Amino acid sequence: MLQTAIHEIETSNELEKIINENENVMVCAGRMGPMCIPVYEVMEELESERTNIKFFSMAFDTPEAAPIRNAPMCRNFMGLPFTVYYKNGQMVHATSSIQSHQQITNILDKYFE
Amino acid sequence: MNDIYDVMILGAGPAGLTAGIYSSRAKLKTLILNEGAIGGQMVLTNEIANYPGVETTNGFMVANTMKKQAKDFGCHIKSNIKINNYNLSDKLKSVMLDDGREFFAKSVILTPGGKPRSLNIPGEDVFKGTGISYCATCDGEFFTDKELIVVGGGNSALEEAVTLTKYASKLTIVHQFDKFQAFEHAVQEAKNNPKIDFIMESELRGFFGNNTLEKVSIEHLPTGKITEKSVDGVFIFIGYLPNTEKIKNLVAVNEKNEILTDEDMKTNLEGVFAAGDCIAKKYRQITTAVAEGTIAALSAAEFLRINN
Ligand SMILES: Cc1cc2nc3c(=O)[nH]c(=O)nc-3n(C[C@H](O)[C@H](O)[C@H](O)COP(=O)(O)OP(=O)(O)OC[C@H]3O[C@@H](n4cnc5c(N)ncnc54)[C@H](O)[C@@H]3O)c2cc1C
Repeated sequence: MLQTAIHEIETSNELEKIINENENVMVCAGRMGPMCIPVYEVMEELESERTNIKFFSMAFDTPEAAPIRNAPMCRNFMGLPFTVYYKNGQMVHATSSIQSHQQITNILDKYFE
Repeated sequence: MNDIYDVMILGAGPAGLTAGIYSSRAKLKTLILNEGAIGGQMVLTNEIANYPGVETTNGFMVANTMKKQAKDFGCHIKSNIKINNYNLSDKLKSVMLDDGREFFAKSVILTPGGKPRSLNIPGEDVFKGTGISYCATCDGEFFTDKELIVVGGGNSALEEAVTLTKYASKLTIVHQFDKFQAFEHAVQEAKNNPKIDFIMESELRGFFGNNTLEKVSIEHLPTGKITEKSVDGVFIFIGYLPNTEKIKNLVAVNEKNEILTDEDMKTNLEGVFAAGDCIAKKYRQITTAVAEGTIAALSAAEFLRINN
């Protein structure tokens, strides 16, 4: 269980439902660790500003996060968290390890605006 | 004009959070502005075993408790902000954020801490997350049965190298000097570990690979000879730089850009105090940051009492 203010997706079915029902979705799969917490904090902040995007976290270690861990876009990733971006149900971008506020907003601007 | 705070604290690591606890508990109107994640470097460590009165825990827990304590006393905290402009020299001090918001205060405590030093060599940005890491506890398991390099020769480098041998098949420590800067027990533990090799007096010069890191080039400093080494991952622990780039021209600093303070944590500017890893000092620990944060808050309270 992650201790963040963003909604935590608990099952792969819920993930599937969310990405199919929302146009723009960002999901950060991580732990409560130093590389992940800054990403959750940026998402918490952006949640009220970017109402066209849905923000979610997911526990990296749960088997339910397999669709993210095993996604082709994450194949070479070796750093937590795995942060993935879905547009109309398709994964359009993914990053590995810590990302700054600026890096995240650049991705949101590029794929979701 | 927005509300005027009594104390504005820049940075929410242990020094800033402690200053926030003390000054808001003293009923001073207190604001903490933090550019990164709350807890600062504390959240970089998964195990804190030397904070007195607290059994071994992780940095996130300590940071969260400090944040809650500060908030419960009425301290306002804004994190993940970006400060563009500082006015520290006038009687009424102010900062402006990149979104145009401006905050005013009668006193300021500078607690911006430090950040990991990067190597700044070709390929470092490219392979971050696909072979290069700065956190053993976060990413170690991705390198199970793989070959690793750890860069650095201080306590963090040697301790994290030993931790990484739980996963790695083989680990090489690359260090620029012929001796380590770590405590003797940390050096011995690394030397006694059969999985660890050492390349001394050498520096990495570049990272190479296709989708993931595959090899590095290493220069042997005394001879200038460059060799290549195949590797699956590199962990970098080469010390910390003070986060003073944006304020070093506004307040007195030493040649390492560390803020100069007296024993009351006063800087050269009236009503401006500093504490924690950003100041000129020898030992950088949570306990020292917390102690200086306390002194800075008490000094700010005294300054306000005299000047109000
Ligand atoms: C891997 C690792 C393990 C460690 N383990 C231990 C340990 O076991 N025990 C121990 O006692 N110590 C440990 N330390 C050291 C300890 O974490 C630091 O000494 C301590 O966190 C310093 O506290 P600080 O408040 O001065 O700064 P920091 O913790 O660096 O916090 C500063 C905060 O200010 C923010 N900031 C930066 N610039 C600005 C600005 N201009 N305006 C506003 N905010 C800004 C930063 O983003 C950060 O959030 C460890 C450090 C590391 C890196």
